[in-house]
Amino acid sequence: MRGVRVLERILSTIPIVFGVAVIVFCVMRFTPGDPIDVMMGREGHVSQEQIDALRREFGLDKPIHVQLYLFLSRAVRGDLGNSLTKHRPVSTLIRERLPATVELALGALVFSLVLAIPIGVISAVRQYSFVDRASMAAAFLGISMPAFWLGIICIIVFSVRLGILPSYGRLPYGLEPARVTGLYVLDSILTGNFSSLLAALRHLFLPSITLGAAMAAIVARVMRSSMLEVLRQDYVMLARAKGLTEWAVITRHALVNALIPTVTVVGIQTGVLLGGNMIVETIFSWPGIGRLAVDAIFNRDYPLVQGVVMVYALTFVLANLAVDILYTYINPKIKL
Amino acid sequence: MLTAARGTLTRFDPVLIRVRTIARNFSELAYQVYRHPSALIGFVILAAYVVMALFAPVLAPYPPNKGSVRQSFMPPAWQEGGSPAHLLGTDHVGRDILSRIIYGARVSLWVGFLSVVVSMVVGLVLGAISGYYRGILDDVLSRFAELLMAFPFLLFAIGVMAILGPGFFNLIAALTFKSWVEFFRLVRGETISEKTKEYVEAARAQGQSNFAIITGEILPNIIHSVVVLATLRVGYMIITEASLSFLGIGVQPGIPAWGSMVDDGRDYLRTAWWVSTMPGLALLLLVLAINLFGEGLRDILDPRLKVD
Repeated sequence: MRGVRVLERILSTIPIVFGVAVIVFCVMRFTPGDPIDVMMGREGHVSQEQIDALRREFGLDKPIHVQLYLFLSRAVRGDLGNSLTKHRPVSTLIRERLPATVELALGALVFSLVLAIPIGVISAVRQYSFVDRASMAAAFLGISMPAFWLGIICIIVFSVRLGILPSYGRLPYGLEPARVTGLYVLDSILTGNFSSLLAALRHLFLPSITLGAAMAAIVARVMRSSMLEVLRQDYVMLARAKGLTEWAVITRHALVNALIPTVTVVGIQTGVLLGGNMIVETIFSWPGIGRLAVDAIFNRDYPLVQGVVMVYALTFVLANLAVDILYTYINPKIKL
Repeated sequence: MLTAARGTLTRFDPVLIRVRTIARNFSELAYQVYRHPSALIGFVILAAYVVMALFAPVLAPYPPNKGSVRQSFMPPAWQEGGSPAHLLGTDHVGRDILSRIIYGARVSLWVGFLSVVVSMVVGLVLGAISGYYRGILDDVLSRFAELLMAFPFLLFAIGVMAILGPGFFNLIAALTFKSWVEFFRLVRGETISEKTKEYVEAARAQGQSNFAIITGEILPNIIHSVVVLATLRVGYMIITEASLSFLGIGVQPGIPAWGSMVDDGRDYLRTAWWVSTMPGLALLLLVLAINLFGEGLRDILDPRLKVD
């Protein structure tokens, strides 16, 4: 039964993805200045025949509904057209850049969870202690901190003053490991290239902190409050009455249940991680799709914008889907 | 108690009594804020920023765009080489950073408050209609809201700004375009749940019009959650505006905005750390104050959501 529900939930994302594609297409098409004008603006003076030829080539001479149909049918096959500025297939550009963005998001996710979950648990167990108050104050600071400023402070402290961490790029030139997944940390481990691993981790550190700080703050707060809620429940009292150690009560009974609201927040925040990476990628010159998106928007590179936005929206939708499915497994009471 | 006072918002009294009740509720609220330490701290800092923005021409030691290259990169007053004439130092073209921070408060506060007010009004109207009447309109609006939620906020705002071009009202439009959805979802959900309660049934039995029920019965009972959400959104909007300015697509160049000031200093982090640091600090303090005030307001108005 659960399998059917999961399948239904998966299928329900299709109209959303379809709707996103239609919105992106419409916004791009109804924006003043069509792609050919933008291209011509770059090429200098051109004749009307050349413009018409290009219109035919890009299918812009066809009625709008035919264009939409062509766009959607190509997109389903993974063909997102060619970039106007880089003159290469959009899907190739995205494929090249996506691993950097995924690696950064994973780094931020790991950083925030490793930091926030223990802090949330300790704060709840030792409510109103110094540790609780200090960490909640820090979390409050975290949710109010603009990411671009935190990134700059990290660079000033760790790169400029202390000189211990690099402030831009993914790796020094020439140290790239052989490509397996495109994630440098993982590829270095898989190929046993430890000098690359160390360098990749050092480069990943500051961007991950910058991107993950806000999420860490939110997760710590949610973790603390849901843990406090759970610790008041009868079954926790019963577990204590049975004579279990405090450690067993917390880890085996309380933590598992307190994690449920946290999973939702993590899912939502994964979307925010992707949405926030444009800033972090800009500050740390991180060659991911965030920076690609910003450049494409500035250059009015429509096919590239369309492609990147689709990837973002798809990831967002998939993150929510993953949360919903995960939910049914950690909390069997919840039905999709 | 404020909750008791809110309960006294009697629905069929003449206008005068209603005005008195609102005034009493407001003074109750002010008293509760006064008694809530973090809300009070947040409010005081926020008020200081508002005063700073309003009286910028009087308070700022220099005009925001005045500077000479000969005075560029002067460090803050407490550092070697600094001067009390430029308390927080000067930037790459010799402009006084303190003066630009004071003027920059105008952009942040205006954009923050205005974009939240517009989002709130749009979300309130559509959410109440959608939740009350349901039907096709509700389906369409809810699906549209769901679609908008699939776009990262900043990416959306960047896209809208790229289409509309820089400018104050374009910025408000870019920020509002997606953020009304938050209010819509809240108001819609609350309206659906309030609609089934007895007081709404009673009002309907008395023959009140749908409009009167929505505005006179349901809204007064859900408005506190909306106010809390609005307050907490202001900080987020201010950060987003600053992020857009940081990327170079905020208000027109020439108008001092904290985000673009941080960006100005990015090339000089090794030699002049203060150019980027100071405006960011001003931004952090403002957002901190708004969040303190907002969370305090939430504890007071919506104790159900209180974080223990």
